[in-house]
Amino acid sequence: MKRVYPNKDFCIGCHICELACLTAHSKSQDLIIAYTEERTAEGLSPCKRVFERGAQCVAISCRHCDEPSCVAACISGALRKDPETGRTVYDEQKCVGCWSCLMACPYGAIRRHPLKAKIVKCDLCQGREAGPACVQACPNQALVYEER
Amino acid sequence: MHYVLIGNGIASIGAIEGIRRQDARGAVTVIGAEDSPAYGRPLISYLLAGKIGPDQLALRPEEFYKKSGVALKLGTRVLRVDPKAKRVHTDKGEAVAYDRLLLATGGKPFTPAIPGLEGPGVYNFTNLDHAQVLISLAKTMKRAVVVGGGLIGLKAAESLFDRGVEVSILELAPRILSLAFDENAAQLASRRLMDAGIAVHCGVTAKEIRRDETGAIKGLLLTDGLFLETGVVVIAIGVVPNFELARDCGIKVDKGIVVDETMRTSDPEVFAAGDVAQAKDLLTGDNRVVPIWTNAYNQGFCAGKNMAGAHEPYVGGLAMNSISFYGLPTMSVGTVNPPEADPDYEVAATLDEKKQSYRKLVFHQGRLVGYVLVGDIDQAGMYTAFVKFKLPVAEETRRKLVSGEPGVLLWPDEFFNQTWNPGTD
Repeated sequence: MKRVYPNKDFCIGCHICELACLTAHSKSQDLIIAYTEERTAEGLSPCKRVFERGAQCVAISCRHCDEPSCVAACISGALRKDPETGRTVYDEQKCVGCWSCLMACPYGAIRRHPLKAKIVKCDLCQGREAGPACVQACPNQALVYEER
Repeated sequence: MHYVLIGNGIASIGAIEGIRRQDARGAVTVIGAEDSPAYGRPLISYLLAGKIGPDQLALRPEEFYKKSGVALKLGTRVLRVDPKAKRVHTDKGEAVAYDRLLLATGGKPFTPAIPGLEGPGVYNFTNLDHAQVLISLAKTMKRAVVVGGGLIGLKAAESLFDRGVEVSILELAPRILSLAFDENAAQLASRRLMDAGIAVHCGVTAKEIRRDETGAIKGLLLTDGLFLETGVVVIAIGVVPNFELARDCGIKVDKGIVVDETMRTSDPEVFAAGDVAQAKDLLTGDNRVVPIWTNAYNQGFCAGKNMAGAHEPYVGGLAMNSISFYGLPTMSVGTVNPPEADPDYEVAATLDEKKQSYRKLVFHQGRLVGYVLVGDIDQAGMYTAFVKFKLPVAEETRRKLVSGEPGVLLWPDEFFNQTWNPGTD
């Protein structure tokens, strides 16, 4: 399956991937509304996370592991592996906010929703024709979406 | 090939998914004593608290079993395994033949010897039936005493309290959560429960359950002489491996069912996984029973693949718990209470009682081997990485971990690239 691969040698830590992610997962599909309104009023959050260490940086998100720790840890069945697409899929309705996945995922790819007892996790922009928005928006090709 | 799985919990879900990674066609039969499809056992406290409905309990969508080609025999108890004839005998009078068998029978509640325990009014809290009984009782119940201040006991107490029941918790140890957490974390959780209105009694347990002439419970006499009036007692001291089926047919058992690195028991066609199995521990390397949700799934998954012909060793379980008490999240991973006299262990702890926040990191010979987080849990996974992957912790890394700033850029370069950018070096 195709996955998003981050390259820390190219990443400049601009956080544009986060904004693209935010917009892609917003109702308005508009960056300004997503950032100024949906983010504050509804807790809309990006699935990306940018790490920095000195001059180094990298933007990571769910790796859609073959054998994901989050799925093993999920007590409610909200996280599971879709055998057809290979994606690690999340059903918010089933999530009870126990944070087991957040603890179990050693890639730091799961975060708490700021307002609800739910998690936020990359869905590879499911249904978005151009593929993951973060990859499309990255100005330095530090993110690629490909089969490896 | 016919795979038969005894037990219908998370280990069996793991096994089904493991088998289907290897073998798309072999027949799979799951035999479960309970009458419902596999549900998230920890969810029973959410159900008892009224936070979720019965329709939210299933671990997999309805079509999962059909799509996975799994036949379910629910409400069916296995009475006996005959490893020579490769058959299991059920309480429905059936003999089910298998090629490979998985024993995933989990744990059963441990019941202490307390005078007066026998009789009505005493309940466990480990399965859906128990939860449903307590839900119906809660409507009329005024008070309840929960015996056991571990994770199950505390969640039972919290959920009953949410239903308007006056609840007391008894814990024999000097503090609650003595197994999974350290003193500071337990203190924060304890305070949160007491602030909510739950009575927590530590260092005591039930000496005797007193009943009236009709047999109904009047109350509990404690070891310190106190008498607690109650009509209901919930026993939540823990679970012990439910391994009788294995033991009775000559399969090797110790504390649990003994398995090798591929989750195979002493019988080559029989595997075991979950709370019933005594399997490898990631940190110590020895085999032990670690009844942890994640381990049960992983063991089931590993067993499933190996039942279907793979030869993959189980990487080993890592004890981990994530649980919230009235909105205060707590986590514990790996070794959290190191032996005090051992100079190879170092502990770095930060406690902020006002913010109800606590972080404890346990290092052993230059590696992070465990942690506790209360309140601010958002970096948990990044700490787990250091424990799970046994990553080296040099000076700068240690400083970052201790100050609450773990991250992937602290990983060794080569490991980082293999993980995040495979196939490019």
